[in-house]
Order: sequence, then C-alpha cells, then structure tokens
Amino acid sequence: MTEGLARRACITGAAQSQVGRRLGRDPLELTLDACIAAIEDAGLSRQDIDGLATYPGNVGTPRGFSGAGISEVHDALRLELDWFDGGPEQPGQLGAVINACMAVATGVVKHVLVFRSVWEGTAQGKGGRQGLGLPGEEGGSGRAPRMSGMMEFTLPFRSYSAANWIAMSAQRHFYEYGTTREQLAQIALNARSNAALNPKAIYREPMSLDDYLSARMISTPFCLYDCDVPVDGATAVVVSSTEAARDCRKPALWVESVGSALRGRPSWDQFDDLTTMALRDAGAMLWERTDLKPADVDVAELYDGFSFIALAWLEALGFCGKGEGGAFVEGGARIARNGELPLNTHGGQLSAGRLHGYGFLHEACVQLWGEGGERQVPGDPRVAVAAAGGGPLGGCLLLRRD
Amino acid sequence: MADKPFRLLPRLSDRNRHFWQGGEHGELRFLRCEPCRSFIHPPQPVCPDCLGKQLAPAAVSGRATVLTFTLNHQPWVPSPDHPYCIAIVEIEEQRGLRLMTNIVHCPAERVSIGMPVQVVFEKHEDVWIPLFEPREDPA
Repeated sequence: MTEGLARRACITGAAQSQVGRRLGRDPLELTLDACIAAIEDAGLSRQDIDGLATYPGNVGTPRGFSGAGISEVHDALRLELDWFDGGPEQPGQLGAVINACMAVATGVVKHVLVFRSVWEGTAQGKGGRQGLGLPGEEGGSGRAPRMSGMMEFTLPFRSYSAANWIAMSAQRHFYEYGTTREQLAQIALNARSNAALNPKAIYREPMSLDDYLSARMISTPFCLYDCDVPVDGATAVVVSSTEAARDCRKPALWVESVGSALRGRPSWDQFDDLTTMALRDAGAMLWERTDLKPADVDVAELYDGFSFIALAWLEALGFCGKGEGGAFVEGGARIARNGELPLNTHGGQLSAGRLHGYGFLHEACVQLWGEGGERQVPGDPRVAVAAAGGGPLGGCLLLRRD
Repeated sequence: MADKPFRLLPRLSDRNRHFWQGGEHGELRFLRCEPCRSFIHPPQPVCPDCLGKQLAPAAVSGRATVLTFTLNHQPWVPSPDHPYCIAIVEIEEQRGLRLMTNIVHCPAERVSIGMPVQVVFEKHEDVWIPLFEPREDPA
C-alpha cells in the first residue's frame, strides 16, 4: 500500500446554509452562513482558522455557478491566513477539500475552512436551465462571442450542457452493457425516497417508476428526473490536522484516503473510456492507498448531477464490476437507506439540490456523526465515501470515524 | 439562412484554422505528425506521441463511425428541429481519432451506435462546421 493521508487530515466540522430553489438572497451571505456554522460545529472560533480553500473560486460565468471566492470570504470574516487556494482546475469539486487535506497533513496549516456556494436557482430564474456559452435569449450568430478552449469543440455542435455530454456516456454504457432506463431510474427514485426524510431537500413528494418513465426527455436517455435541480445554497467544512483536531468538539472524521487521479485525457469527449469517464481513475486511486475495501463502506454519497454519474461512481469505486452498475441498482433495494449500501441518503442533487458536490460530503459527515435524524442509516456507520464530479472531473474521499 | 440552426462559432487562430475552414475545399483536416503519421485532435503545438513539432494539416476521407450519441430535446436555443442528434464519431483513418458533431440528413430516431457516416459541412460566416450524415456504401 502506498502511504496516503491516513490519520494526517480529518474533518472536524460541517454545515450547510439555507437551501432553496430561488432564495433571492445575497450569495455571499449564504456562503458566510455556512462558513460561520461550520467553524462553530467544529467547536472553533475564526481565530483558529489559518487556511481557506474553495472550488471554483470567484468565477462570473456561468451565472450563479459561484457564490463567493476566497477573497470575499477572507475579508468578510477578517481571517488571518497562512495558506489559501481557490480555482476551477482541480480533481473535481472536492479538489479543494483534497488540497486542504494536503495543507494540514504537511503541517502548513492547522484548520482549513473549505466552502462551496452556488446560486444557480436565482441566477437562472424562471427561464429554465441555461445552456453554456449562450449570450442570453436575444443571442444570435452575429452577437454571440466566439468559443475557444474546451468549448470550441463542443458548443458549435449545439451541445450546450453537460446533460448532452453525460447522456452520451450513458448511451454508450447502455450499448455496451445493456443498461436500461428502468435501472437508471433507481438512482432517481432512491434519491427521492431519501429526500422525503430530509427537511432541506427540494423535491420531497413521492415519485414512482411511471412518473419517471413518463417525464419529458431532456437528452436521451436522460429525462427530466435524471438531471439535478439548480438551487441557491452553500456548504462548508473544516479540515484539521491530527494535532489540531484534539481542540475540536466532535469526533474526528479521518480522511483515510483520497482519489484525485486523472490518468486519461482531461476531456468530456476525448477520454478513452466514455462509459467510466475520469471517475475510473479517481475511484481506483482511493483504494490504492488504504487497507479498507469497498465492502467496508457503510454509506456512499456519490455525485448524481445526472443519475448516470452515480451509477458510474458505483462501478469506479468497485462496489460492483465494470458495466454492472445497472444490475447493482436494479429494484433499488441494495442502495436503499436500509440496504447493503445506502446511497445518497439526503436525496442527492437530483432531489435535495445541486450544491455541486458538497452536499454529498456534508451528508457523509452527518451520517458518520449520527446526526441524520429521520434519515440516519442504521448500524452506527463508521466508513463513508463522498465522491463528486463527472466527465473529466472526479475526486473522492474515504472518511472513517474511530 | 433559415435552414441552418443557430450555432456558437469557434474563435479562429493559426492553430485551428485548417480544421474549421477545410470545409471550404470539402476536406476534413486534422493536424498530423509527419514522422509518426498520427492525426491529432484537438490541434496542439507538439505531437503527443513524439513531442516533435513537425505537424501539418492533412485531409482524411471524412468517413467515420458513430461511437455514441444523444437526441437533444431541451430547447437551450429555440429551434424548430428538436430533437436533434449530437454524436461523438470516430474517424476511419485512426482508432481514437474522434470528435463531437451532429448527425444530420437523417431522422434522429434512426441514429445508432456503430452507424457509418460521412462528413458534410455547414457554413456559418467564415467557418465550415463538420457534420456527419449516414453513409450508404458498405464500410
């Protein structure tokens, strides 16, 4: 075993702001709500925070994609920082957490506040989900900006959304392995069923397989319920060093290992295996640096920005074999809250809202601390996986409570 | 023209002009490493195999196979032609040489993985967008 992060970084606090479809609130205020609550959850004060990290930093587009950058939070809380880092080029959304783990493990800092905030619900308004690169409703060939970089080879082909790109991965998976929409539906139905017990979830009313199959199509094989729901909200966690964690009030959640690998081409369409996406490499790396095995995992919180991504994470993390994700989730019993591998116990992004990766990490912490209330999984869970990202983005964490 | 959908267009540069303007001559062009003879996409300044810089645009046959696809129903941009087909195709000349595109001149419901296709171009301003239509002749 390659030595990983084992026992050199842990999560000591986690919190979430108000979450809603269109809150119309200042996104910085939501961000600070989560940050202040996470510091308090850890039993710390802001004077203890010497590191700050986020994904994707202060980016203006797509609108609503980022509620605050490093500098705004740094300044608003008047933090005194020894290290900080924010940016979009990371191993998935949880890359900022992985960076924070390395910062505390190397002794550079003691307590890193990590946050992610979105306000896509308010930003997109009532007009429905927006496509990428589009200048607005009045846009036309003569007025739209020209594309370069990654978007140069995607957007001219009218593929305006990750919905299109991930749908093509799903379609290839269906073709190679015989995966069906009825199987994929279980990801969405399971999320909805769990969301019913999460007071902060967006969609809590029951959903049937018939509801799913009769929903309008977005991009085949994805229907509306295969796509997550844009929201406003923020999540924050505190990542602490082993030494510093002793000052915290809750049991440390050890970051047993991380998956940050991307061993193929960093591209939505050029990655060698469209059916696994980059998750293949991040998932493999997670197990290369720990003695724990997939069978040791008590609860899995796996990114479902689109339903198929969660299925691909199940395979990438070795909970089932390659191509076997459809059979694994079939019928839904195995991934239910009282099943063999409880999945997305808060409702995922499909039903609890698109907190962009950090809702999964937050929920993993909630479950390991036994704070799930009505939705708490049985059996005193000790080991959880939190994973985020799809396409060329992928990052995951293996968390363990003593 | 009314029969062309709205498209976002690429910003042209010395690195990519061969790809986006090859259609003016009816050619789908990729950068090729002269010593390795391998095609490179998207274009970049060095060969990813030998790291050499002896790269030059070269035309391919335009014959390809559908690797995967999706029928887009969501009206990101209002248009009468929903659903339309977005695909990733693999170019016949080289395994792994692929690009995102649209399958056109074919009812969307008839597109399938493994389908043989042939490049056609759709001109927008100074750009010729490479699209693919079903290919009748046996592969």
